[in-house]
Formats: sequence, C-alpha cells, structure tokens
Amino acid sequence: MSDTTATQILSFIEARFPQARIDRTQDIFSLGFINSLFAMELVMFIEKTFGLTVPNDELNINNFRTVDAMTALVDRQRGTVGVA
Amino acid sequence: MTSLTTAPPAPERTRTIDRTTVRAFVDEHIMPRADAYDREGTVPEDILERIAEAGLWAPFLPAELGGQGLDLVTLGEVHEEVGRGCSSVRSLLTVHTMLSWALQRWGSAEQIERWGRDLAAGRVLGSFCLSEAGAGSDAAGIRTTAEPHGGGWLLNGRKKWITGGQRSDLFLVFARTETSIIALLVPRATPGVAVLPIEDMLGTRASMLAELEFTDVRLGPDALLGPASFAAGMVLSGTLDLGRYSVASGSTGILQACLEACAHYTARRTVGGSPLRELALIRAKLSDMVTDLRAARLLCHQAGALKDAGDPGTIMATWVAKYFASTAAARHSTEAVQVHGANGCSTDYPVARLYRDAKVMEIIEGSNEIQRITIADEAYREWSL
Repeated sequence: MSDTTATQILSFIEARFPQARIDRTQDIFSLGFINSLFAMELVMFIEKTFGLTVPNDELNINNFRTVDAMTALVDRQRGTVGVA
Repeated sequence: MTSLTTAPPAPERTRTIDRTTVRAFVDEHIMPRADAYDREGTVPEDILERIAEAGLWAPFLPAELGGQGLDLVTLGEVHEEVGRGCSSVRSLLTVHTMLSWALQRWGSAEQIERWGRDLAAGRVLGSFCLSEAGAGSDAAGIRTTAEPHGGGWLLNGRKKWITGGQRSDLFLVFARTETSIIALLVPRATPGVAVLPIEDMLGTRASMLAELEFTDVRLGPDALLGPASFAAGMVLSGTLDLGRYSVASGSTGILQACLEACAHYTARRTVGGSPLRELALIRAKLSDMVTDLRAARLLCHQAGALKDAGDPGTIMATWVAKYFASTAAARHSTEAVQVHGANGCSTDYPVARLYRDAKVMEIIEGSNEIQRITIADEAYREWSL
C-alpha cells in the first residue's frame, strides 16, 4: 500500500475539513460531515490525482470509509496491489 | 415524436462548434423567432432539427458516439450564446446535456451503446426528472418510488416542472428505494408513463414543461444508471452540477442580450431631442451591465476550466458562477425593462421576455437560497478556524 497515496488523500480531506482530526484508519463517515457533494469531490480528486476512473462497481461505501480503504482502491485500479 | 429505434449514423461532417459559429447560428435561426416561441409556448420541430444538424445537442460526447468531444469551457460558451437568443431553447439543451453527460459518466457500456449515438444526434431528446410537487431543492423529500421487481424495477410516482417533458423521448428519473435514491432511464414510450403539459409559466414559456406520472412502470435491470449504493447521490450531484453550469452560462447569455438590447435602444431613442445614451443614469446602468457580464463570463469560464481539468474545485466554482450570473441577469433584466420604459413592457422588444426568463434562473437547478447556504458553508469550512 502506498504511503504517498495515503498522504495525498489525507491531505485533501484535511484541507477540506481543517477542523477534522483523522488518521488513516478512521471512518470518515462517522465524523458527520460527509455529504454527496463532498463524496463527489472526493471521487474527482482521486480520479484526477491518480489518473484513473473509478468504475461503478467500486463506488462502494466501504471503499471510501477510510484513507487506507481509498488507498487500496487506488492501488487496485492502478494494478499496483502488493507493489507498495 | 422521435423514434426510439437507432437510426443509421448521420454522414460524418466537419463542423466547427465554438462561440463564433454558434452566435451566427443563434442570430440566424433562434433570435428572430424567440418571442414567437415564447408566445406559442413551444419550440418548433424545425428548430430542434436545426440544432441537431448543427451538432449542438451533446457535442461533448466522444466522436465514436457522434459527438465532438467538445471541452466544457466551449460548451459553456455554446450555452451562453443559445441563452442569449432564447432561454427556452437553452433550457432544452440543459436537460438534454444533463442526461447525456450522466449517461457518459455513469452508464454501462450497454447503456451507452443503446442511447449514446441517438442522444448525440438529437434523434432522442432527454429530460432530467427530479422535482416533485413537494420536493424541489429538497431532493431528500422525493416520494417517487422504485421497487425491485422481477429482476428490474417497478416505478410509481409523479414528477413536476420537467423541462422538455412534453417533447423528450427519454427521462432520467430519480426515485427512492428502501435504502437510497437511484437514477433510472425511462423511455417515454414505456407503458404506465403519462405526460401532462404545464403551460402559462412566468418564464422560459417555450421550454415545454410537463408533469410526468408513473403508474406501475415496469423497467428492466438495465434502466438503472450508475450505482445503487451510497454513491447514487453522486449521480444526482454530478448531473445537477452540469445543469447548474449550463444555467450559469445561459444567465450570462441573458446579460449579454440585455446589454445588446439596451445599447441599441438608447442609441436611437431620444428624450428632449437627445439620445437616451447621453444621460448619465442610463450610462451608469449600461456600465454596470458590462461589468457584471464580464464577471459572470469569467466565473463560468473558471468553472468550465476546472471541469475540463477534472478538478473537484469546479463544484463550488459552479455554485458561485450560477448564483452570481443568475442574480445579475435578474437585476439587469429589470433595468433593461426600465431603460425601455413602456416599450419594455410590450412584446415589441425582447426585454420583457428576458426579464421573465431571468427570474426563472434564480430558482432552477437549486434555488439561490440553497446556493447561498452552500457557499456560506464553504466559507465557514475554509475560513472559520
């Protein structure tokens, strides 16, 4: 799993919600500020930053619940699982 | 009614779609008849066909579907120019754009294959169906239901204020399931779909509004567009974002039309032997129109450029652009009527139509009150610490 990927995702979320204190394993949906607008921003950020398109079957809430889950999603889509 | 069967692809032609060509198209085909559309409450078929011939229905779709892969900055300019000529026509483009974009973004390969070429060519026209009698900006309040049924869906409910509903062939319908809101592609010809025209609206009177009634409409599994999970909200948000961008651009077009009408009128109309344009109060109104027009155009350009870059900042940029452009259009169309005096209240000049259409822009694709709430939320999120 890529530390760089996780750091970039974490930085994006923290920049959008400066008041949030999160780590890589925290469920961001439990924080109460995620809405469909931010979910869309998050998907756009991931697609733009990592140069991929998230397919419909990967748009599962569990893939976006934590920074680690999103990082794993990026790695899967890039075909870099296990490369770290 | 356009046939839903897939016609052979039109012969390939090289078209240039940009602000200049579309402006000329609008001046020739739309502007001279916009007031007639407004009075008659409809956009005639020959204009819809001319728009198709010009490739303007969904030029952002890829070439393999018959589009041009047009960038969204230029698409915004196209919608501005069409909005300058007639907001009703621009509204039809808006909802067709929303459905076509959603299909391209969220559709399966099979759905894109079935509908993409017909949408690009304008053989099938689309409408976006979210609002209900009791739910407009409050999307969470929709009561139309989609129940799993025989491997597909059973749709029941009513949609209201559906732009293009009287004419469209394919509806993108948002409905509630037990767990979320989903988007369904519903062909008009499906048994159980009824179209009830809505007439005599304040503005965009030729946008062929309708109420749609769905009674035990049976749909296959291929009707579902995008995910049925939590991400279904993104289909709605993303589609509305494109609609909002189109309305912002169209509002900028209204501003341009107000400026052109006022400059033309005040250069010729005299008071006390002098042209109106020599009066300082008139010049002040025009200078404010010019300034707000440029600002609105820049905000739309920024939103479009961010979309083209895939930058998530486009969502807030689009909220801001739509809020600014629509309020400026409403403000300056009021002034445009004032500048024209009694003439402005008549059907002899376009400004009465611009005034009525501009008011609608402050309500559709998220009322301006909702936009201000969202923009303020963003401000607090970014600046309150």
